[in-house]
Formats: sequence, structure tokens, C-alpha cells
Amino acid sequence: MSTRIGTVFGQELRQARRNLWVILATAVLGLFALALALFGAGQGSGLKVDVLTLTAVSLATLSVYLIPLIALLMSYDSISGEVERGSLALTFATPVRRWEVFVGKFLAQTVAVCVAILIAFGTVGCVIALLSETGQDGIFAWLRLMLTAGGLGAIFVGIGLMVSALTCRTARAAAAAVGVWLLLVVLYDVALLGAIMAAGEGIFATHVFPWLVIANPADAFRLYNLAMIDAAPVAGIDGLAQTLPFPPVAALAALGIWLVATIAIGSARTRRIVP
Amino acid sequence: MTETLAIKALCLSFGGQKVLDDVSLSVQPGERLALLGHNGAGKSTLFKTVLGFLRPCSGTVAVAGHAPGSDLAREAVNYLPEVVSFQRNLSGREVLSYFSGLRGTPKAEVSDLLARVGLLEAADRAVGAYSKGMRQRLGLAQALIGTPRLLLLDEPTSGLDPVSRHEFYEVIADAAARGSAVLLSSHGLEEVQDKTDRIAILARGRLTAEGTLAELAHKAGLPTTIRISARPGAADALHGEFGGRRINGCRLALDCAQGAKVDLLARLGRHQDKLRDIDIAPPGLTDIYRHFSRTGPTEDQT
Ligand SMILES: Nc1ncnc2c1ncn2[C@@H]1O[C@H](COP(=O)(O)OP(=O)(O)O)[C@@H](O)[C@H]1O
Ligand SMILES: [Mg+2]
Repeated sequence: MSTRIGTVFGQELRQARRNLWVILATAVLGLFALALALFGAGQGSGLKVDVLTLTAVSLATLSVYLIPLIALLMSYDSISGEVERGSLALTFATPVRRWEVFVGKFLAQTVAVCVAILIAFGTVGCVIALLSETGQDGIFAWLRLMLTAGGLGAIFVGIGLMVSALTCRTARAAAAAVGVWLLLVVLYDVALLGAIMAAGEGIFATHVFPWLVIANPADAFRLYNLAMIDAAPVAGIDGLAQTLPFPPVAALAALGIWLVATIAIGSARTRRIVP
Repeated sequence: MTETLAIKALCLSFGGQKVLDDVSLSVQPGERLALLGHNGAGKSTLFKTVLGFLRPCSGTVAVAGHAPGSDLAREAVNYLPEVVSFQRNLSGREVLSYFSGLRGTPKAEVSDLLARVGLLEAADRAVGAYSKGMRQRLGLAQALIGTPRLLLLDEPTSGLDPVSRHEFYEVIADAAARGSAVLLSSHGLEEVQDKTDRIAILARGRLTAEGTLAELAHKAGLPTTIRISARPGAADALHGEFGGRRINGCRLALDCAQGAKVDLLARLGRHQDKLRDIDIAPPGLTDIYRHFSRTGPTEDQT
């Protein structure tokens, strides 16, 4: 079993490398992190927090858009493309289990996303830490950001693969991936903001709304990172970060549930594919 | 149980449309069976059922005694689909190593397989730069990994030139000699003549014939066609005497059952003065194939 997952994993990782996905993702994430760091350095002197913390806050907000996009782009075609090319029929004809194929692909693409995050955010973080005065809080905030960004990437790789397995056609998978991104990253927040405006203060605002926020992996990621930083300057939905009715770890649990659910649904769906 | 593949009374439908209807056939170890049929006859569907991708409505399939799609069945069977394109940016060797890893066979076998299909020199080039024939041979090498007990080849030689085709069948013969049971599909009898041990013809999901080529020819019982050219002015008299079809003003085609050939020729000899030429055409492979794949006036001849 492990050698078969390893075989799928190795093949998939090799492709991610050859398709220049890792390099591209690293470059994009690195450039944005650097831009935010420069911006943070510009305004940091006026605030009581260090540049690293400040950049971690703004990067958490930006990562919510970028990382799901990168993860979805990397994964949406992985199964549907192979169904269309006919190579999945070959793979499924071998003794490999269907779930092993799904998990092998998932692990490889997650590693690809995480390597990109590690190199990009790691490099920029080191540069900031070396060039500006940095405290322990800043370093922890940055490490938390990198770790949870990896988790966010893993979830969206899982979602992308799940979408790919559910649609089995590249064109439909692409449409679905764009839809998922818009829904989870953009529209969900807009809808929640609208709902909280309409409901005003009350049971909804204090007891339902926070759970709705962490039910979305993108929001849970951002909320966790902001809630862990006391001095974070926040607005909008993120204002919630300071008045959470549950410990920030709950947001991590929500991420964990998403991860398990996407892998479970994706693997189950992969079993039913007629290649 | 000695058959590597045993299919009994297999039926399969796609949304009410019957695609396989009461198909029974078996393949022994070391035997090559050609499955012939027009496009849409159900050949690929049959393969996918044997692989366990599609569930039959009724009937049974056993691969080396195991249910299709089960772990043991998948270990026993190797497959080359009708259309496959590997990742363009991987090398031939990487593609084979991948499938070798999935089957848990020794990596050392990969070079040997590449040599068997004549791809050793191109082994480390990207598959995207392979010609159609090379890609097909890579597909075949993939299907030979781990000396399979059952080899399923779906139209393996379509689109290949005659020389490549010949080499392809040599590799298949070699695999059969090593004990693999081979089931391959094709479009024409000419192609599989002398290349396979037995032939089964599928027409609109039904098996219409099965046996060696000689058996099929015998069973078809097709008439020999004798074409005669008459001397000027004698055509009408010959037509009156022998019947048959007029090809043009001076030529006539006579259909003649296998046993009546000598008799007819003797009768023709008595009209020597009216004859200019005689041409005898025994039933060809195409005729035999068409005989068994004719299923009705609306047949799909694409
Ligand atoms: N997934 C499918 N859904 C519905 N009908 C199908 C499907 N696959 C094949 N068919 C139908 O089944 C018949 C047999 O197809 P196929 O097995 O591909 O034929 P062959 O391989 O002999 O050309 C065709 O009429 C085809 O339209
Ligand atoms: Mg076919």
C-alpha cells in the first residue's frame, strides 16, 4: 500500500515540478509577501507592534485569496484531465486502490503548495526579522501564519481534487473550481456581512454568526491568525476576532474537519468514477 | 477451471439501450482471441466490464477465477485502452516506472520491456515528442509489465502503419508464448488473420460467430462468385441458360455454392464457344466478416 501511494505521490510531485507550478506559486507568494513587508515597514514605525507582526496580519488577509486560488489551480484538473486523456483507466486497471490514487495526489500537491509557502514566506520572514527589530510575538505570529497557510492550501487542494473527481470533465471542473473560489473566498463574506447588518445586535450576532464565520475554511484561517495577535488592527468581519465566544483553536478544528471531509468525500467519489 | 478469462451470458445496458447481449466467451492461457466488430459494436464496453469499471446487468465474468475489479483480478489483468495519452512531459521510462510501481514489480524489468518494444533509445525522451507508433508501443510495454495472465488490448493497432503493425503482433505473440491469455479487438479480419488463434465477431452487442478463421469460413458457407465474359452477342443466351446477375452488356456473375463449383464449371465448359473469359473469386475475408457482422438493414457501418 505505502509503495503504491508513494508511486502516485512521486509521479504527481514530479509533474508539479515540471509544470513549473511550484516555482510559479513560490514567485507569486514571495512577491506579495515582500510587497506587504515593505508596506508594513513604511507604517510600522508609528504603531506599537513590530513589522513582522504587522506584515503577518496583512499577509493573512491576502493569503485568503491567493492560497486557495493556487491550490485550486494546481488540483482541479488532476483527476478530470486523466479521465479525459484515458490514463486514469490505466491506473485504475492496476492493483492500486482508488483511495490510494486520491490520497497520493492529495499529498503530492499539498507538499507542492507547502514548499512554495515555506520558501516564499520563510525567505521574506527571515529578511524582515533580520532587517527590523523583531520580538518573539512577531516570530510566533509568522510561524503560525506559515503553518496555517499550509493547512489552508491542503484544504483547497482537497477541494480541488474533490471537484475534479465529482465532475470528471476538465471544462466542468474548471468552472466548478472558479465557483468554489468565488463562493468561499468572496461571496460568503459578503453574504455574512449583509446578514449581520440586517440582523443587528442579538442572538444571531453573538451566537450564530461566529460559527458561520469559522464554518468557512478561508475565514477560519484568517480569524485564527488575527485572534492570536492582540494588537491586530482589524475591521469588518475580522472585528469578531477580538470578541470570539470560543477559543481561537476552534477555528483550527474547523480547518481539520474540512480537511478530513474533503479527503473522505473525494476518495469515496473516486471509487465511483468510470474511467 | 483452466480459462484465464471466462465470460458467461453477459448482458449490459446503458440507460435502457442494450450494448452487450448474452455474450459468452473464454480465453485460455497462451491463447490469442481477436474480438472483431464495427464501431459501436460493444468491444470497448466488454473490456471495461472485464476490468470491473462497468457492472453487468446479468451474466458472469471471471478473470483467473476472480470477480472483475477485485484485487486479485486486477493483479492478473493488464490493459491497453483504445485512446490513451500519457503526460507529455514525462519520459517513457518514467511512465513505465510509474506503472511498475503500482503493480509492485521490480524496476529492473522496465529496461527489458523498453527493449522488447524497441523504445530503449527513446526511453529518456519526453513522451510528448513520441510519434503515434512510439506512443502505442509504450502503451503496449505498459501492458506487459509483470507478465500478465490476461492481456486486454483495445484496438491496439488502429492508426499504425503495416510495418509497425507487424512488429506489434510479434510482441503480442511473444507475450502469448510466455503464457499470457490475450484478448484484442480490431476492425478487420485481414488484420488479425494468422496473428490470432481464434476470432469472435461482435455485432451490435451480440456474438455472431466464434472460432478459427477456417471454421468461420466454413460456417458462413458463402458462395464462390464466378464471373464470365461472353463473346459478342452471346451474353443473352448465357444469361438465359445459367441465370445470375448481369454486370454489363457482355459480363455475367454467377453465385455458386461450395459443393457445386466443379459441376457448374463443367456445364460452362460445354458453352466454350460462347465464352471469352472466366474469373473465379472465392469468398474473401471481408465477405466473411460482413456476413457475420450483418445484423439488419440499419447496421452501423461507420
Ligand atoms: N458511457 C456510455 N453511455 C452511454 N452509451 C455508451 C457509453 N459508452 C458506450 N456507449 C454505447 O455503447 C455502444 C458500444 O460502444 P463501444 O463499446 O465503445 O463500442 P466499440 O468499442 O465496439 O466501438 C455504442 O452504441 C455506444 O454509443
Ligand atoms: Mg471501442
